[in-house]
Amino acid sequence: MSVDFDAIDRRIVNELQGGFPVCARPYAEAAAKLDLDEADLIARIGKLVADGRLSRFAPMFNAERLGGAVCLCAMAVPEADFDAVAKQVNAHGEVAHNYAREHALNMWFVLASEKPERIDETAAEIEAETGLEVFLMPKLEEYFIGLKVEV
Amino acid sequence: MLDDLDRRIVAATQGGLPLVPEPYRAVAETVGAAPEEVMSRLRRMADQGIVRRIGAVPNHYALGWNANGMSVWDVPDELVAALGRRVGALDFVSHCYRRPRHLPHWPYNLFAMVHGGGRAEVAEKVAAITEMLGPDARAHEVLYSTRILKKTGLRIAA
Repeated sequence: MSVDFDAIDRRIVNELQGGFPVCARPYAEAAAKLDLDEADLIARIGKLVADGRLSRFAPMFNAERLGGAVCLCAMAVPEADFDAVAKQVNAHGEVAHNYAREHALNMWFVLASEKPERIDETAAEIEAETGLEVFLMPKLEEYFIGLKVEV
Repeated sequence: MLDDLDRRIVAATQGGLPLVPEPYRAVAETVGAAPEEVMSRLRRMADQGIVRRIGAVPNHYALGWNANGMSVWDVPDELVAALGRRVGALDFVSHCYRRPRHLPHWPYNLFAMVHGGGRAEVAEKVAAITEMLGPDARAHEVLYSTRILKKTGLRIAA
């Protein structure tokens, strides 16, 4: 976990997690607020993305409002079958993320599709393939989706 | 909903804005529209909540926040919205949602993703939530991730 970046990188990460302007020269406008010049800001963002400290520098879209659907799902997978089941689950294009977690419900994945009906269909396919129950945990209400990683 | 040009704009920007002085002009060239049109559509999508925000998307792991604990809480249904807003306002919580219970296996209705530089730090933060919720938290657990099995994210096609 080497987090060796300077105060300017830190300000870029902390202050540009939102609010990037939509205008002809947005990097110049954002740079002015950070006391940088445009070229320096562009170069530093490029480096932060290239070395993986930023996943990307981009608009973050709300998948549901794009007309699609997203649903968190959980399964209780016997340890001996875990890798085989992970392979079966991950083979579905609708599976956007999949995490192993320490719990009786030990596999947590997110189904995402532009076609909302594919959520239930994919869950049913996974149940048929694995013989295991898929617990659907859709978001019922959202209280915050964060933009406040401080570094 | 989105028309064809909106979809092309989403597809052209979701992986990253061009790192050039006039990024929206570059996007406009990719999607075959005028720069002003691309900018006005992005502003409209932001107003409609289709664009949550534009900017840096941090990689928690690479930034040293290498423990993530999914804290899950059983709180009374009539209080979940008020409590969820308080938990979601904490600076170390990145996502906070109400989700359905699956009794008897799963009694939890409030999920809060807690990030920290290690499990001890996550545990301290969860303790702060426990204290804040008091007796309204009837039970809770923290599920630590041990492996990423897949991470591609949602991608829409143009």
